[in-house]
Amino acid sequence: MKKLITGISAILVLVVLLFGTQRYLASQTGTGESSDKVLNLYNWGDYLDPDLITKFTKETGYKVSYETFDSNEAMYTKIKQGGTSYDLTVPSDYMIKKMKRENLLLPLDHSKLTGINNYDTRFMNQTFDKNNKYSLPYFWGTLGIIYNDKYVKPQDVQHWDDLWAPKFKNQIMLVDSARDALAMALITQNKSVNDKSTADLAAAQAKLTTLMPNIKAIIADEIKMYMAQNEAAIAVTYSGEASQAMGNNSHLHYVVPSEGSNLWFDNIVMPKTAKHKAAAYAFLNFMSEPKNAAQNATYVGYATPNKRAMPFLSEAVRHDKQFYPDKKTLDNLQVYDDLGQRWTEKYNDAFLEFKMSQR
Amino acid sequence: MMPKSKRQRQFFYIIPYGIWLVLFVIAPLVLLVFQSLTTPTGHFTLHNYAIYFASGTYLRMTFNSVWYAFLITVVTLIVSYPMAYLLNQLKQKQFWLLLIILPTWINLLLKTYAFIGLLSKSGTVNNFIGLWGVVPQQLLFSDWSFLLVAAYIEIPFMILPIFNSLAEINPRLEQASRDLGANRWQTLRRVIVPLSMPGVKAGIQAVFIPSLSLFMITRLIGGNRVITLGTAIEEHFLVTQNWQLGSTIGVVLIVAMVITMILTRDRARRSARKGR
Repeated sequence: MKKLITGISAILVLVVLLFGTQRYLASQTGTGESSDKVLNLYNWGDYLDPDLITKFTKETGYKVSYETFDSNEAMYTKIKQGGTSYDLTVPSDYMIKKMKRENLLLPLDHSKLTGINNYDTRFMNQTFDKNNKYSLPYFWGTLGIIYNDKYVKPQDVQHWDDLWAPKFKNQIMLVDSARDALAMALITQNKSVNDKSTADLAAAQAKLTTLMPNIKAIIADEIKMYMAQNEAAIAVTYSGEASQAMGNNSHLHYVVPSEGSNLWFDNIVMPKTAKHKAAAYAFLNFMSEPKNAAQNATYVGYATPNKRAMPFLSEAVRHDKQFYPDKKTLDNLQVYDDLGQRWTEKYNDAFLEFKMSQR
Repeated sequence: MMPKSKRQRQFFYIIPYGIWLVLFVIAPLVLLVFQSLTTPTGHFTLHNYAIYFASGTYLRMTFNSVWYAFLITVVTLIVSYPMAYLLNQLKQKQFWLLLIILPTWINLLLKTYAFIGLLSKSGTVNNFIGLWGVVPQQLLFSDWSFLLVAAYIEIPFMILPIFNSLAEINPRLEQASRDLGANRWQTLRRVIVPLSMPGVKAGIQAVFIPSLSLFMITRLIGGNRVITLGTAIEEHFLVTQNWQLGSTIGVVLIVAMVITMILTRDRARRSARKGR
């Protein structure tokens, strides 16, 4: 008994010590509430060059606390439930619309934004945030086809319809997302990716079902790993995932079908939980600076919406049609709209039925 | 005086258990059932259950879940019983048992990723069979790979209870059976297996029930070619954010688990009554 009590006391003392150390460290790095010179940034994992954080702190004196999330929905739930004090976060397009509707965002004071003219107007004033009242673009990208030139000839996979070719039997990996899979099918039928017609959706589902023999797996983030390991010849996924896979395997290439695809945005917004607004504006302006935007794009590998950042990117990146598609393709890209609860479920039900159709 | 203070003391001991039970068992269950019976605006409805039972997709998915959980249980049982029996014959049995339990200390996701390394086209298995000139085979994303990985992960939970119930059997019973003229096979069938039945049943519960709601492996190894209810629950909670329907599926799964518990327990009692 005595031994047990000694043991438990020892553990308690250790816990108190660790907790104290953690609090101390937190107050040092600025996660704690005590300091005013902080910026609480809530972002996707590995979505900001750490060197830029150091540079930002050096230039402005604000310490950055960088917390990460792995899905829009997780981020949304955490902000909605409160108890957090995030000053800036980076939702995707449809989520911005949803958060805006639910009054979770603060409007941006454009008079305090110094770098707003650096952005390419093609990526501003989108339907999910007219006049950029609430958000500034952070990165943008596309949905497309990644293929391995060891197994596939480039000219065979330039368009969505090419994927239905019988020769690709059991060769394709599809991203596990209702919106993206159905967008692909809708586009092949010349429909909008935001189509709200039961008949069109049913037709898209039927079309998708005929692709099933060619599908090897329906997975998510693992696609980049599998493609880098030559597990499959073709995959349908996002440009960012593709760029990471291509970094690990020189046989991989990425195509955005010219007939159309999804254009997605991750925009930076100020949630209503923001407490350090001056720091938030300082960061928005810092990230709008062309040099910083270029450095971040080089680090993360996604496409920057900052027009004046282009000269700072390497020649090869700037002219890479895979990630900065030409105007003709860009004009055919469509942004996802928030479908609302009812249609989100319809899309997901259709996708679930498609997934079930394999047996 | 004594009994009262004893009762008081018992009451005192029950407090942490009671708090635990209410906070982590009863409250979540009530919330889950409540969610499943409401609309997003908070009105009472049976609509979610109507959707579930009217949908061929969900019913097929339920069937899939039960079928794969059954297969996983059968595979683990076939492997585990002889293994547990063999372990019991060994000298350093606790040590050998430890070796089998050891993998459970490693995170499930890590083990799954390890299997990706083994089974992928450029993985260890394909490299190995490649030594004999076999072209790389598609091993991942099949029923077989899914069953293999799921069974591998569940095996310790099947071996442990069987091993314990085998270890509890008095060795004299075995000797007596041999003395009375039973051969090895008869001893096994008439003495050892019936006496180890409680362990088998505990093992079936420990494997079948978690297998019903597997979902990470269905995607990582099965490539979503195996779809179970876990997939649907994940989708409703994370993507469509229809927690009501997600809860409904959760309730259905819990009911399926309760049925499993009752079935395995009931049979145990009946065989006890038969007095084997």
